[in-house]
Amino acid sequence: MSARRSTSAHDAIVVGAGHNGLVAACYLARAGLDVLVLERNPYIGGAAVSRSLYEGFTYSNCSYVCSLLRPQIIRTLELPKFGLQIIPYEGGCTMMRDGGHLALYDNHDALRREIARHSRRDAEAYERYSRDMIRQCQFIKPLLLREPPDPTSFRPRDLAELAYLGRRFHGLGERRMYDTLRFWTMSAADMLDEYFESEIVKAHLAGSSIIGTALGPRSPGTAYVLLHHYMGDIDDTVGAWGFARGGMGAITQALAASLRASGGAIESEAPVEQILVRNGRTRGVALQDGREILAPVVLSNLDVRRTFLKAMDPGDLPPEFLDGVRRFKIRGSSGKLNIALDGMPTFPAIPAGSPCIRGDLHVTDTIEMMERAYDDWKNGRWSRAPYIDMLIPSQIDPTMAPQGKHYMSVFVQYCPYELAEGPWTDERRKAFGDTVIETIARQSPDFKRLILHAEVRTPWDIENEVGLTEGNIFQGELTLDQLLFNRPLPGWAQYRTPVRGVYLCGSSAHPGGGVMGAPGANAARAVLRDLGRKRAA
Amino acid sequence: MIETASSGTAAPHYRQPLLGTPFHARSRALAQVDQYVAWSGYSTVDVYTTVEQEYFAIRNAATVYDITPMTKYRIAGRDAVAYLDRLVTRDVARLRTGRLGYCLWCNDDGELVDDGTLFRLGESEFRLCAAMRQIDWLEASAIGFDVSIEEVTERIAALSLQGPVSCAILKAAGLGEVATLPPFAIGRYDLDGIELTISRSGFTGDLGYEIWMDPSAAEAVWDRLFDVGRSRGLRAIGSRALDLARIEAGYLSPWIDFVPAEHAIRVGRARSPLELGLERFVDFDKGHFTGRRALLEERRRGPRSCLVGLDVEGNKPARAALLYADARCRREIGAVTSAVWSPTCKRNIAIARVDAPFSALGTSLWAEIYLNRELVWERRITRARVVERTFFAPERRRATPPADF
Repeated sequence: MSARRSTSAHDAIVVGAGHNGLVAACYLARAGLDVLVLERNPYIGGAAVSRSLYEGFTYSNCSYVCSLLRPQIIRTLELPKFGLQIIPYEGGCTMMRDGGHLALYDNHDALRREIARHSRRDAEAYERYSRDMIRQCQFIKPLLLREPPDPTSFRPRDLAELAYLGRRFHGLGERRMYDTLRFWTMSAADMLDEYFESEIVKAHLAGSSIIGTALGPRSPGTAYVLLHHYMGDIDDTVGAWGFARGGMGAITQALAASLRASGGAIESEAPVEQILVRNGRTRGVALQDGREILAPVVLSNLDVRRTFLKAMDPGDLPPEFLDGVRRFKIRGSSGKLNIALDGMPTFPAIPAGSPCIRGDLHVTDTIEMMERAYDDWKNGRWSRAPYIDMLIPSQIDPTMAPQGKHYMSVFVQYCPYELAEGPWTDERRKAFGDTVIETIARQSPDFKRLILHAEVRTPWDIENEVGLTEGNIFQGELTLDQLLFNRPLPGWAQYRTPVRGVYLCGSSAHPGGGVMGAPGANAARAVLRDLGRKRAA
Repeated sequence: MIETASSGTAAPHYRQPLLGTPFHARSRALAQVDQYVAWSGYSTVDVYTTVEQEYFAIRNAATVYDITPMTKYRIAGRDAVAYLDRLVTRDVARLRTGRLGYCLWCNDDGELVDDGTLFRLGESEFRLCAAMRQIDWLEASAIGFDVSIEEVTERIAALSLQGPVSCAILKAAGLGEVATLPPFAIGRYDLDGIELTISRSGFTGDLGYEIWMDPSAAEAVWDRLFDVGRSRGLRAIGSRALDLARIEAGYLSPWIDFVPAEHAIRVGRARSPLELGLERFVDFDKGHFTGRRALLEERRRGPRSCLVGLDVEGNKPARAALLYADARCRREIGAVTSAVWSPTCKRNIAIARVDAPFSALGTSLWAEIYLNRELVWERRITRARVVERTFFAPERRRATPPADF
């Protein structure tokens, strides 16, 4: 390596200014450490960004809704003081091919009467379903902000954490202990069959089980993905979803402001080339511009594959560990369209005056359709009839689009990272975008006419712009073999890595993906414990 | 204009989630203070005029309370008796046609799913009136039985006519034969061509009847009762006044005195009939029923807690009070679920869950009562005694034929 300029040393460097990297940096800075966050893009935020790609419009162009962001983090890091506002939205709707619809409403009686239009029994089964989901969430939620114990270790800390896990598990009672094991391993379709008889009810609820996942609703393990999405809350309302006012970038902007206020620094357009290692421990990072920045602690907000296969020298890592990293499941399965609209599109299937239009909108009315969409992905092509999670946040958030115009966010499942027919090209990207636009147009006759601009993002684009391997939004599949003490790899679930001083703080680590901030907070706690420092607040 | 179940004309559910009952136009006209409450998907009156006046009408004259929102199921078919015997804890085979009974049903763990009244309308036709919607539970329990279960809540309008003058009002309305109806009996009557089912039942612990009719007859029946009843002190009452009366009678209210088992999220929150002091409604000798094994086991080792009646010193209702074994509040042993100053008994009464060792009649406990005196909070540690949960049970509720007042 040519002569490098070593610049000032820091106590800790965070590679990547995504929400988890920033959360980790905030906690470290509040504990008194001198922290520097390095971001390769000219803007910060990773996959929690607000970008203006068309005059007058703001896109949440990656992640687009907020629910999982831990309230403890919002509170400790004083994010509201730094401008963060989370606004809940109401309900959602699946439009049916026959012109019908199923909506979800916040009001208990409105919801019951709505579901009863499709099945009276399902309307009541929904209460049993919600109860069971809340029960399981209450078991898991306290685990989010804790370091998962290593079940093979006899360290007092691991034993204590295992005992805590065991106590909580036993606290569920016999019957629910069985339920938990089933929830963590079964398919969403099987799980929903246990509650509901109506196809449309099952299809609407199954959506959350496949979002971001390279699995179909009939694949074992997807019931947990559904639960993972249900786990969020807004102001103690379990399962509630909301918008960050100003787009998802408002979250990372507030984190950045909080970080600066506690003395941390962020440098953008500073791509890290390599995490430097000497004698089995890190000494800092080398940037692509030739600089070396020294620090005894480096936290990587990159996913586990990118961290160890791209940002480190394989020679610095044990081969068995590297092998595990290579086999870590992180498959690209979703795309995204961000659309600027000249006005509010009409959806004839949704009754006039129904508030569900301000929630998440879908057009997949059977689980079968989702499974067929997954088949396309397996065959190396984007779904011909994709599952979409579509929102028009500008109906609620006045900052997203000019008055009278609207911003539409369309999450698309499934779209492969690699196409069977060859590499992604502009032409193929456009064809993928057209498939999605046609899918929406089938439920909205005036939709196409209103499009002013559309950004189409394939998994390949997401990898290249955001840095997520294969464009996987969770930094790795949320299946039991990659959760809890198995995340990212068995034996390496506690944010530490084989190289001393290098930590993982992104969603590849426990408890996984979603704009949650928990991996960042947990990683910071692990760093501080190793440094023998007390965590701030 | 609130939509009624039958009209189907007004605003859709996402704009107006609550329905009006078939009595809506009538009750609205009398509801002077605009206090409504949601009840099982219906908008119902919480207070018409004043809670106190409404309450005293229950105990002194007669009252009309709209019970249409009560969830009603028609259960019929060859195996109806066998199905219900498996479902509920009492012996359904012994419930004669034309009678009704209070009953409980449990899950496999012996925890109370709900309670309600079961009407035997025919040899193999029943009506189950319950607090909660539960077609999901009822259908899941029906596997293997030749039985049809149908929710008929919207198809039957119902009024509860309660109070010492209630029989006199029915007689004056032209329903004289009702006087021969003993408690828990059901009769069918004709009121100028309107078909009525009247049962001698209610939730006040007083003399009273429940009148069941087609929704189309609702207003006519209401009008007839008021025509003859107004001069006899008949009043419409809301849920608040009824709540006073039901606590005096020692009746339980779901979500207040117990959490329905299938809705309990936390472990240990659901309650068994034994814990609720309802063992007399559990027939262990009738053969198998859902929850029997768990209840037998619980009976063997004794319930963990009991729902008891309390007589609290002083006159401040012990609402939501924690209960202690000692005046220094060191050992917490339970909590009050319902509490009122009983205007008729002139006693400060409460229903409370206490740990089993403290449930014997006469046990002395301490209640931690908080009083808001013009925004200054005072904490009172008040002595309370475990007493029979039935605080008020006048003889007139059982007399057949009933007296005229």
